[in-house]
Amino acid sequence: MAVAAPKPLLELKGLSMSFGGLQVIDNLDLVVNEREIVSVIGPNGAGKTTLFNLVTGIYQPDAGEILLGGESLLGLPPHTITNRGVARTFQTLRLFLNMSVIENVMASQYGRTKVDIVRAMLRTPGWRREEREIRARAEEKLSFFGQRLVGYRWSQPAYSLSYANRRRLEIARAMATEPKILLLDEPAAGMNPVETHEITELIGQLRAVGGYTILVIEHDMHVVEGISDRVVALDHGVKIAEGTFEQVATDPKVVEAYLGTKAAATK
Amino acid sequence: MSETTPPPPEEPTPQTSRIGVDSWVAESEARRARTPAALVGHGWQRTPDAIKLLAFVGVAASYPFWAANQGDLFIFGIGTLLYAALGMGLNVVVGFAGLLDLGYVAFYGIGAYTYAELSSPQYNLHWPAEATIPIAMAVAALVSLFLGYTSRRLLGDYLAIVTLFFGQAFTFFLNPANPKVAGKGLTGGADGLPNVDPIDLFGYKFTSIRQLYFLLLVVVALLAIAIHFANQSRVGRAWRALREDPLAAEVMSIPVNRLKILAFAFGAAVAALCGTIHVSISTAATPGDFDVSVLIIFYAIVILGGIGSVSGALVGAVIINCSLQFLEPQNDHPSVKRWLFYGTIVLLILSIKPVIRPVLVLAATIGFGFAVHAIVAATAGSAWTTGVPGASAFNPQASGGAVWINHWAIVPAVSHGNFNNCLYIGLVAAIIATGMLSGWWRLAALVPTLYLAVLAWENLLAQNGAITAYLLFGAMLVGLMARRPEGLFGSARVEIV
Repeated sequence: MAVAAPKPLLELKGLSMSFGGLQVIDNLDLVVNEREIVSVIGPNGAGKTTLFNLVTGIYQPDAGEILLGGESLLGLPPHTITNRGVARTFQTLRLFLNMSVIENVMASQYGRTKVDIVRAMLRTPGWRREEREIRARAEEKLSFFGQRLVGYRWSQPAYSLSYANRRRLEIARAMATEPKILLLDEPAAGMNPVETHEITELIGQLRAVGGYTILVIEHDMHVVEGISDRVVALDHGVKIAEGTFEQVATDPKVVEAYLGTKAAATK
Repeated sequence: MSETTPPPPEEPTPQTSRIGVDSWVAESEARRARTPAALVGHGWQRTPDAIKLLAFVGVAASYPFWAANQGDLFIFGIGTLLYAALGMGLNVVVGFAGLLDLGYVAFYGIGAYTYAELSSPQYNLHWPAEATIPIAMAVAALVSLFLGYTSRRLLGDYLAIVTLFFGQAFTFFLNPANPKVAGKGLTGGADGLPNVDPIDLFGYKFTSIRQLYFLLLVVVALLAIAIHFANQSRVGRAWRALREDPLAAEVMSIPVNRLKILAFAFGAAVAALCGTIHVSISTAATPGDFDVSVLIIFYAIVILGGIGSVSGALVGAVIINCSLQFLEPQNDHPSVKRWLFYGTIVLLILSIKPVIRPVLVLAATIGFGFAVHAIVAATAGSAWTTGVPGASAFNPQASGGAVWINHWAIVPAVSHGNFNNCLYIGLVAAIIATGMLSGWWRLAALVPTLYLAVLAWENLLAQNGAITAYLLFGAMLVGLMARRPEGLFGSARVEIV
């Protein structure tokens, strides 16, 4: 497929955020183009998850600008930002554990649906139609994971899923909000090598089939290498490198951030 | 794996799954599902909700035709249905949305007082119910919007404190405050607002107990359906999602604050509807009907029935209201009272495992009782053992058909000074001592403790039903929570840390 000139979808300009005296994000510029997969790497405490919390509106930045498709997201409540087209998963899985698998994926369509409580209590034809659509969309998103989530009874509670499947369900739940950009926070954490390989392929498919733009935080360098168009390395909230995987992985600053000065010197 | 091992089946059966296999957690439920209790539970789960509701409504609709008298229909029938409606409303706030709302009873009061202001001689307004009921519900919903908006960022304990304060402020507003409006105290102070009109819907007056009962039954059935439908909609899913994880819900496009306020308003409107019906039945709005002790009953219903379960609220209302009414001293049911007490005790003891232990304890208690009784009968005067068990100031002759108790428990014919007080203090001491022991010693200590409990019940507690009711409530809830923390019809909540 011939791709035209890259069109920026998510733009962060001069973003800064501190907790008390600790500068977590420092004057960060980042652009994610449409249908691009960008990985954010960096040692623990580099500010990667804070970056996601800023984009999704959980935190407000001290300075800077966040644009989605040219429109500012600053000051919007998180649910509005999700409705604008940003969806995320959580590093520390935050499913609705005591709801069923399919209800998790149905619940996140709240912002995309309209029928109010009065019509729901009366079960009007409009409610019926929308409820059918919600269920169909949820099944479609769950089917995306092939045999992995299909094997389950979707009416079974989310807490009964294995760890890896809970990660998949989080992605399905985020997809059901119909986002333009997916923010995946360590999708391969806690997965075994086979599952890690699967998730690498899945992220590629999310773009190829789902058409999503993807910003992903990942520690597993095999995953990062396998999926990324571009890699951004953060350390102490500062962007220390940006480019292809090879460029970033061999950048002395990145090696230093991960391994310390001495290792960088002996390289 | 050896050659002889057959290939694993396509669908792993519970026997072949191991810990760590994906579906283990789900299958563990299947493995547990062989006990009779689990089979009953499973059958209950598979029964369609419509059939459950039909069964409830069917039994309830037949009650006026076999109730002993109009008084029974009033205290058991109307009381239960009113509690059922209130329990379902509270369930939306506490069960679905997970908001600990301790001001719920105030909305019940707001509904009652709004109706009373508009349909009583107070301001000589006599509006029809088709106007006053929606107005009362709207007023309560508006007040709850105010309360919900100001406390929208609060959850858990903090929300509970604010709403509890609101409930207390409301009772203060009713009684000592009683602001003057148009030359009269608005709420009538301690006397409340008397002579409230009966409900008058489109010219049809609901005055007899039977008419009111069927009106309430229709309200309860419609509410059960409406709340069930609301729970199955996107709003219901959003409520449950924000109960599970407010932050994740917010990020998943759910406007958490707006939905919390909606749950508040929904519960408030239901409570107000119940308040209007309550005040039209009792024909007076009095402040005592809307204080914390009433709130405790609502919560007991929801917790006993199972948080988040509509059918649980219905069954919880039946159990709580009936046991409460049986214990009321003026309702003459000494034998039922005794069954309630001994039933609760035996159920509590039976929750000890393995099952041989509670059986031993119960047998030992019976033997212990006969032994003590024989010793007292042989050594002390006959006045110590010839009292009438279950007698009370209201009914001195009531034995509850249990004269046999006299051969086992010590019931003095005349009051012996501080005997009752000593019993009670002894019981408290024995419970504390039992709690401090462990293993077989605890079982051994249980025997005299139980016997003391029986003596305290027969001599002291049964005569003071109004107070004992709450003790018994506590025992029932403790026993249930120990066995089924999720309540009778609730589903177990799982937290993964």
